[in-house]
Amino acid sequence: MPVPAHHPVDILRFNTCGSVDDGKSTLIGRLLYDSKNLMEDQIEALERSADITGGGQINLANLTDGLRAEREQGITIDVAYRYFATPKRKFIVADTPGHVQYTRNMVTGASTANLSIVLVDARQGVIEQSRRHTCIASLLRIPHLVIAINKMDLVDWSEERFIEIRDQFEEFLPRLDMKDVKFAPISALNGDNVVEPSPKTPWYTGPTLLGHLESVHIGSDWNLNGFRLPVQWVNRPNNPTDARLHDFRGFSGQVAGGLVKVGQKVMVLPSGQISRVKEIWTYDGPQKEAFCPQSITLVLEDDIDVSRGDMIIGADNLPGASSDLHAKVCWMHPRPLQRGRKYFLKHTTQTVQAVVTAIEGRINFATFESEPDAPELALNDVGEIRLKTAKPLIYDGYATNRLTGSFILIEQGTNATVAAGMLFPPTEAVKPEYTDFSI
Amino acid sequence: MNSYHLDHLQYLETEAVHVMREVAAEFERPALLFSGGKDSICMLRLAEKAFRPSDIPMPLLNIETGHEFPELIEFRDRRAKELGAKLIVRTVEDVLARGLATASPGEVSRNRLQIPALLGAIEEFRFDCCIGGARRDEEKARAKERFFSFRDGFGQWDPKNQRPEIWNLYNARLNPGENMRVFPLSNWTEMDVWEYIRREKLEVPSIYFSHERECFRRGGQWLPIPPPHSNNGHPDPYAGARPKPNEKRAKLIVRVRTIADMISTGTIESRADSVDDIIAEIAAARVTERGSRADDKVNEAAMEDRKKAGYF
Repeated sequence: MPVPAHHPVDILRFNTCGSVDDGKSTLIGRLLYDSKNLMEDQIEALERSADITGGGQINLANLTDGLRAEREQGITIDVAYRYFATPKRKFIVADTPGHVQYTRNMVTGASTANLSIVLVDARQGVIEQSRRHTCIASLLRIPHLVIAINKMDLVDWSEERFIEIRDQFEEFLPRLDMKDVKFAPISALNGDNVVEPSPKTPWYTGPTLLGHLESVHIGSDWNLNGFRLPVQWVNRPNNPTDARLHDFRGFSGQVAGGLVKVGQKVMVLPSGQISRVKEIWTYDGPQKEAFCPQSITLVLEDDIDVSRGDMIIGADNLPGASSDLHAKVCWMHPRPLQRGRKYFLKHTTQTVQAVVTAIEGRINFATFESEPDAPELALNDVGEIRLKTAKPLIYDGYATNRLTGSFILIEQGTNATVAAGMLFPPTEAVKPEYTDFSI
Repeated sequence: MNSYHLDHLQYLETEAVHVMREVAAEFERPALLFSGGKDSICMLRLAEKAFRPSDIPMPLLNIETGHEFPELIEFRDRRAKELGAKLIVRTVEDVLARGLATASPGEVSRNRLQIPALLGAIEEFRFDCCIGGARRDEEKARAKERFFSFRDGFGQWDPKNQRPEIWNLYNARLNPGENMRVFPLSNWTEMDVWEYIRREKLEVPSIYFSHERECFRRGGQWLPIPPPHSNNGHPDPYAGARPKPNEKRAKLIVRVRTIADMISTGTIESRADSVDDIIAEIAAARVTERGSRADDKVNEAAMEDRKKAGYF
């Protein structure tokens, strides 16, 4: 049997969003089907359910709508994850719900994405949900956006209509700070411009959707400036049989930004103690350097006190440190956010208590303006708030670093996750007490 | 690609290691579910990557249906010993004997009965978290599940009301009696698992490779013929899972693609006798892995129903 080549490929994570019935699940079904990533038993299962519920027509959406309630109601309730591969890339797809009441699930699916596909029904053009989803993609700072104008077959493949909808988007896109936005005319149902170029759109010269997914550059999507290691777990062997490990004390975590090298000077925050990297320990042997998002264990030259929730940083690009925080939040719970309420706030590897000191505004998705004097934030609202935490956070602005600039709020008592938060850049950097902290 | 770039297996690995360390740090009494199957073999390696040079800071837990392939049990015990890990085994047999659950009339599979056995073990050892090897690509209901999957006091999953899971910030908070199931391999596919086994040179139980076996045909699948009943005075544990006179028998060259237990695992005819062969076979496969699992064929929502009731 021929052995497939050992060529390493990278992973692109994307999500699809749009309003109910814009054809998100159909699009994913189409991508899987046309790229030959569906198996016979899956196709058989589709055909079986088509006979029962679909009047004989295969419903590609049934591939991702996995819950009984979803099939009954014909809508996507929760994020469904799908996996497929082409010779160029592996893909993790989050099919996120379109229904307004499930916007929180869209945030779940989009938070880890490199790319978002916003689907628009060519007949309807831009509606509030398109604006909401584009805005959330921009808030979450998803690096790449594709506006897929779907159901083009229902508008006779009209270039004019395509341009009209593109213009509707371009009217508000400049306000959203998205760097990479592409537009594509498609029909998910029939497969035009999804995997194969469509003969019906001679006026469209861009790549097919899959062609774009396979080639978009994601090499710089991770932050490689400013070393950050939120300490997750202190690694101290109990009664090791190997005598060399008696004094082993490592700090395990996933690098959340930048690079670290053996011999480099580092600082532990919030204590401000300084040391050097003695060893980058991994199961596969010591490394000379490590980078974001590798999971590593650092051993320092000096025996200093470090525990979970501390952050080990490099000397360049100092983070902020403050217990007064300014953030945008997506509210995800039916019980609204109110000023004065206390929550648990999880940021990197630590959880602290936090109180909401002010609601400064709520975003109006029609204008993208932050409207002041909101008394509360309701389910699926996005707003600007101020928080005071029980101890200072060591953090970056979300725009600089998604991992050290984000947090979640957890309701006390029920432990429900109620908000996703994105921090504004710190007003002041950490001030090292030791003046010799430089490279 | 620059040198500061992870390939797909490195990406999946760092994600899974991060998840495992969150479990070790956030929970009081976690356990790692280990069956000896290919997914849990990868999990053990990931646990080594997460926690070495320390010991793996949690015991291994396995729920036996009583219908296991002997090769798997042997492998499971040996691997736990090599790692110096504590292995806890609880059985469906015991749950039935103690009257904590009863089989439905004619119910041959012990799949459903693993639920009370698992929940019993969670209660006995007061586990607040079980790490499992489930992957989202296996099945439609699993495709919806979070990395940190919250279970209420009855062990139930509520798919319509899952906690949003944003970035890599996992909400691990529980009230007493509640429980978390955590799935570090959520984003792995069957192919990723085998490529990882190849890259890490991991040993897998021999039944994954092609071998000669007595099988019989039922429900469009070749099922293994169970070991003979020892007539020890107990009822035959494989009653109902033995070939009927009208069912075709054959000695075939087969391997298993996914392992449940002996009565819910269909074999596939295959000559693949190395990891490279298996990878080539999967690359050319035209049916999914769970196409050979009898337990998922009950109805379209079989897995969803079992998960709601507290399944893995």
